[in-house]
Amino acid sequence: MHRTRSLSLGFGLLALAGCAQSSRTTTTPPTPQSDPRVGLKAGRWDAAEAVSNLKVVSTTRAPERHVNATNSDLAFTGNYAIQGNYNGPLIWDISNPSKPVLKAAITCPASQNDVSVYRNLLFVSTEGFNGRVDCGTQGVPDSVSKDRHRGVRIFDISDIGNPKLIANVQTCRGSHTHTVVEDPKDKENVYIYVSGSFVVRSPNELAGCVRETPDKNPESSLFRIEVIKVPLANPAAAAIVASPRIFNDLVAPPRHGEAQEDILANRRRVDSARAAGGFIASVNGVDQIIGGGFLRSLLDSLVKVRGGTGAPTGADSATLRTNLQSIVDKIVGAQGPQQRTGPTQCHDITVYPALGLAGGACEGYGFLLDISDPVNPRRIGAVADSNFAYWHSATFNNDGTKILFSDEWGGGGGPKCRANDPKAWGANAIFSIENRRMVFKSYYKLPAVQTPFENCVAHNGSLIPIPGRDVMVQSWYQGGISVFDWTDPANPKEIAFHDRGPTDSTRLGGGGSWSVYWYNGAMYSSEIARGFDVFELTPSEHISQNELDAAKTVHFDYFNAQGQPKFVWPPSFALARAYVDQLERNKCLSASRIAEVRQGLTNAERASGSARQTALSQMTGQLETDARASCDGAKVQKLVAAIRDLSNVLP
Amino acid sequence: MPHTKADVDFMSGMIHHHAQAIAMAQLAPTNGASAAVQTLSARIINAQTDEIAIMQQWLRERNLTVPVPNPKGMRMVMNGVEHDMLMPGMLSEAQMKELTAARGQEFDRLMLTYMIQHHEGAIKMVKDLISAAGAAQDETVFKIASDISADQEIEIARMRTILFNMANKP
Repeated sequence: MHRTRSLSLGFGLLALAGCAQSSRTTTTPPTPQSDPRVGLKAGRWDAAEAVSNLKVVSTTRAPERHVNATNSDLAFTGNYAIQGNYNGPLIWDISNPSKPVLKAAITCPASQNDVSVYRNLLFVSTEGFNGRVDCGTQGVPDSVSKDRHRGVRIFDISDIGNPKLIANVQTCRGSHTHTVVEDPKDKENVYIYVSGSFVVRSPNELAGCVRETPDKNPESSLFRIEVIKVPLANPAAAAIVASPRIFNDLVAPPRHGEAQEDILANRRRVDSARAAGGFIASVNGVDQIIGGGFLRSLLDSLVKVRGGTGAPTGADSATLRTNLQSIVDKIVGAQGPQQRTGPTQCHDITVYPALGLAGGACEGYGFLLDISDPVNPRRIGAVADSNFAYWHSATFNNDGTKILFSDEWGGGGGPKCRANDPKAWGANAIFSIENRRMVFKSYYKLPAVQTPFENCVAHNGSLIPIPGRDVMVQSWYQGGISVFDWTDPANPKEIAFHDRGPTDSTRLGGGGSWSVYWYNGAMYSSEIARGFDVFELTPSEHISQNELDAAKTVHFDYFNAQGQPKFVWPPSFALARAYVDQLERNKCLSASRIAEVRQGLTNAERASGSARQTALSQMTGQLETDARASCDGAKVQKLVAAIRDLSNVLP
Repeated sequence: MPHTKADVDFMSGMIHHHAQAIAMAQLAPTNGASAAVQTLSARIINAQTDEIAIMQQWLRERNLTVPVPNPKGMRMVMNGVEHDMLMPGMLSEAQMKELTAARGQEFDRLMLTYMIQHHEGAIKMVKDLISAAGAAQDETVFKIASDISADQEIEIARMRTILFNMANKP
């Protein structure tokens, strides 16, 4: 009999189990043994370093009061980088990346002090128990205290050398991190999605916090994200406005990943089963239809229990219906009716406003969210990993055709890059997004082995605006930073890296890159124990000078990693040349044509005014012919478009 | 931030708690567990072994007693008699025996059921920790407590789903 259910290999989880995808390792040019990142001398300030295809532009230590506190996440505004630090954020002037200058150091201890900026506002996340409303350093001794702050702080940085604390927005679970979201229809406010995943506060400390699960109290603080609305004209009045429940109805769909149709279809299935007298039970707070085989075995045991024989009767059926939930609870080890576990919060949400989408890493699930109404995000898809990776953050590619979830296995404190640690754990899982449905493609993990004294796992990063390719720079804690190309989602490849030896070769000391982001031409890394690193990519077989120059034409006024900006490359010769280099690399244009196009561009660049425009326009005809025969016609078309855009630029 | 007695009790007790989870998980390959249960067990072994090392290092560096991980619980002496005190959710000797003897599907069922019980115990230990005044203000304690809480909550939900799907034949 034909099996219509393609999934359910014994655990019926979303997505991956039934998809016959084996975990794929990356192609790694140096072998693990010969990788220059192996065997580096240890030391906090004098560790040996290994570098490939990038250069270290500068390394700067935190000031005295902050130097022994953990450095955390980064955000950027104008010529400033704002670095989170557990003693309070640091503001660096990066007008000259080879010599960052400290502009301000805020004393306001709390973990994790993750930062975001928006215009003249600096947002800071707090979740640790020692954070104080008054930014004091003495901690908070009582378990319930009015002095405690867990939530999002707001500083006014109109005078960026003198940040002023203007609001302490308290939330029930604190804020591990947060995401700033603009509503294109609302110019007067900016919104913050709060990601807080630890313990709910006592209602005696913060009124309205409800610790019970929703089945016991529908006002539960669990199973919802919080949305803070910040009035730009009066940011001190920022407050929580919504707490959307995006975790409802999370069920295992019968195919790869969950998509919007699955959510609706499942609900319809359950509703019609219920209406037709079917047996429904709740597992993890979600309704499930009891299958025929299960039903038969349950009824048969009821018959046995009453000492009967033969077919179950109507009375047996009624007995089962009454006791079904407690039977199922017993099977799944749940105490009490509808005790619910599962994702209760998102660890991290990355919004891509230009596409109206967000990727949420929500306690083991990867969510795809529709944020066309930013105040009310809606879940339209979910995936879970058959290798039990629990995702912590999400990144889209520029086109929004791929999403990458990172598994921060070990929480960032564990050494998960040892030789025996599986490549599918503590890695990135790469998916393509097809018709708003996520399809698993591959894993990417740092290819180099690290010591047991180096905390190492996938962490924060961002896209590098190399046109026509999906390239990301990512932090791996003491694994250093890794730049990889995921243009082919099934075969990600490392193309540059930096690593230091352990901070301490005798103990798991903690250190390494917490975050590394590309910003206006350089890569900035917040090094937990060592300070503020600045890197620049250098040309190699993997990236040409033209591609780097084209990347530098993309300029941001400000940058928060969790709010992905859409890259748009202004017309430039570098952009056109970048595409030529790529066509040479993938051999989808002949060597002679490559040479001709290069010459054509050089000639056009030497000319000016209408002579330049003519020179450029003359190139496109033949390129369009090339496109039809090329193995990468799309790329050739990109080149044509780039040349056309150039020729339309007024000289 | 300074640590409290509650922090020390938590870190010490959790070492033994983890030791039992590891002992349970180590049965999976030899007892005919399904692929999913074997993968989950391997993950638990890896994660909790590293966490034990972190907790031991934390205690050592504060010149506190570093317990040797004991899957039977915390060694205590009461009225001159030495015995093992089980942390919340830990399996009794009888339950461990039962698990050790089980094979195949029955092993899967027992393993998942007992590991859920075990994880719930860990979450209770975290809740006990944070209800103590001044506790978990030390950065390492806070972090490991919140990581244990998050990871094990996720695993509980997964294990429940596996258990349900094992029973829910079409």
